[in-house]
Amino acid sequence: MTSHAPKLPDGLVVVVKRDCATCQMVEPLLVLIAASTNLTVYTQDDPTFPESVPAIHDSDLAISWHHSIDTVPTLITVVNGQETDRTFGWSRADWQRLTGLDDLGEDLPVMRPGCGSMSVDPDRVDALRVAFTDTPIISRHVELSSAEDEFEAMYARGWTDGLPVIPPTPERVLRMLTGTTRAPQDVVAIAPPDLVELTVEKIAINAVMAGCLPEYLPWVIAALEAVCTDTFNMHGVLATTMPVGPVIICNGPGTRAIGMNSGINALGQGNRANNTIGRAVQLTIRNVGGGRPGEVDRATHGNPGKISFCFAEDELGSPFTSLATERGIALGQNAVTVFAGEGPRCVVDQLARTADELTNSLVACLQTVHHPKLVIGFDAILIISPDHGRLFAQEGWTREQLITQLIERSHTPGEQLVRGARGIAEGIPPHLRDATLPKFRPGGILLTFAGGGAGLFSSIVAGWANSAIGSDPVTRVVGS
Amino acid sequence: MTSAGLIILDPTNESVPATRQLLSRPRDVAGLTVGLLDISKPRGNVFLDRVEELLIGRGAKVLRFSKPTFTKPAPVDMRHEIAMNCNLVIEALAD
Repeated sequence: MTSHAPKLPDGLVVVVKRDCATCQMVEPLLVLIAASTNLTVYTQDDPTFPESVPAIHDSDLAISWHHSIDTVPTLITVVNGQETDRTFGWSRADWQRLTGLDDLGEDLPVMRPGCGSMSVDPDRVDALRVAFTDTPIISRHVELSSAEDEFEAMYARGWTDGLPVIPPTPERVLRMLTGTTRAPQDVVAIAPPDLVELTVEKIAINAVMAGCLPEYLPWVIAALEAVCTDTFNMHGVLATTMPVGPVIICNGPGTRAIGMNSGINALGQGNRANNTIGRAVQLTIRNVGGGRPGEVDRATHGNPGKISFCFAEDELGSPFTSLATERGIALGQNAVTVFAGEGPRCVVDQLARTADELTNSLVACLQTVHHPKLVIGFDAILIISPDHGRLFAQEGWTREQLITQLIERSHTPGEQLVRGARGIAEGIPPHLRDATLPKFRPGGILLTFAGGGAGLFSSIVAGWANSAIGSDPVTRVVGS
Repeated sequence: MTSAGLIILDPTNESVPATRQLLSRPRDVAGLTVGLLDISKPRGNVFLDRVEELLIGRGAKVLRFSKPTFTKPAPVDMRHEIAMNCNLVIEALAD
């Protein structure tokens, strides 16, 4: 109930509509109730209904909205202006209790469900929210002219990633804000590169534009909290000439609740949550942070994942503990892990029949991350598919065992890596010639599990300059 | 498709950058303190060593600064120190 909610009169209050069989069924009872107590009837659709007792037409649905009427009929007890009890639909026992009439409706069924209140009608609810919420929206309202195509207008203002965006009307933004318990003006982070306060409201606007549903909003907020840290270094991820952007890996039961894809084509198109959560993060960085290609974003090539790169780990199918668990998140909690990564590349191995053989293949392919002669400075995500995962499962390999083996087997003599070796100028400095070096630093492989049930392939996402020089992965719990 | 008077909410930070007048260019650097800010890209120091030589040869005093990493903005304290101690600053790239 908002602060401007109209008060209900003392006594009993019932909210009904003609277009409801249950309301029509209880209509004869209203006369009996009115005879014994102070009854106020609100009718939603037809001011002439009910005909047996006087009714107040809740024409703007203000009473229904403010008093959270989800179902009609709803019967409410009001004492000294405060609601003390309510029942909805027809429940003979409840109606008898609230009215104090012990024989009320004895000829009616014991119970019958009610109908949807007009105040929760999907066609009306957004407008009602705008009309009746103590609107917390403070963003500038932009009125487009009648001659403007709204989609073209948003392109023209530079607000899009090159694809059309959903117009962020107040109705849509308020609906988006129902996805979080956080106040619209809560500051989530300081958004680079312009270092401006990033509010829940601004995130919600960009989430609408990206095509998110309200239930995705907490994931978008968590991902933005994660990327706007000094550890992740979104400023540098934008400014670098390398092709990286935020890659978002989602964990927890919430990934399934919001319908994320961790299976067939998990890294690709087709799933709304996967594609719009990542897109909302990038649109927010663009529009609020001010990070636009050609300006602070100096990427030589970029990669298509900079529009959106977000997927869920298949925790239920995985032979390993989850990435989030590995990163300190309690089992059953929802979390996002952000990684500065480029596009995915495929590892083909259709002949390995043992974990050992497959590990060797994975190492060979991981060696190519950014350059076969550059080591330790770049991390990578390794996404094991179900078909590949089976080889590790059947031999009982753990996450730790696989990662240890990958790093151990990636050691290469410095003489093969130094600048000039193998006829390749690129490489590590000459003073490391006598060292034997692993491809990855400790913790430099983020092992995760996703993909469709067929295909002896895994996937690698190469990272950017790691550690305090560049970016380290960041994991955040998804709030409410 | 058009929508008469459709209202949408501004998705940007709505801030307006402050505009400041550029300082006039000094006629020469003699007697001025020049800050050389190395952004910490490989071999940037080689380039800046030579710039320092040339500036000293023209009578400037040179102070050297290095960002901790080229991937992040210079720390606030460093920016403040440069502003307090230098008449001019050259922020230098590499690669």
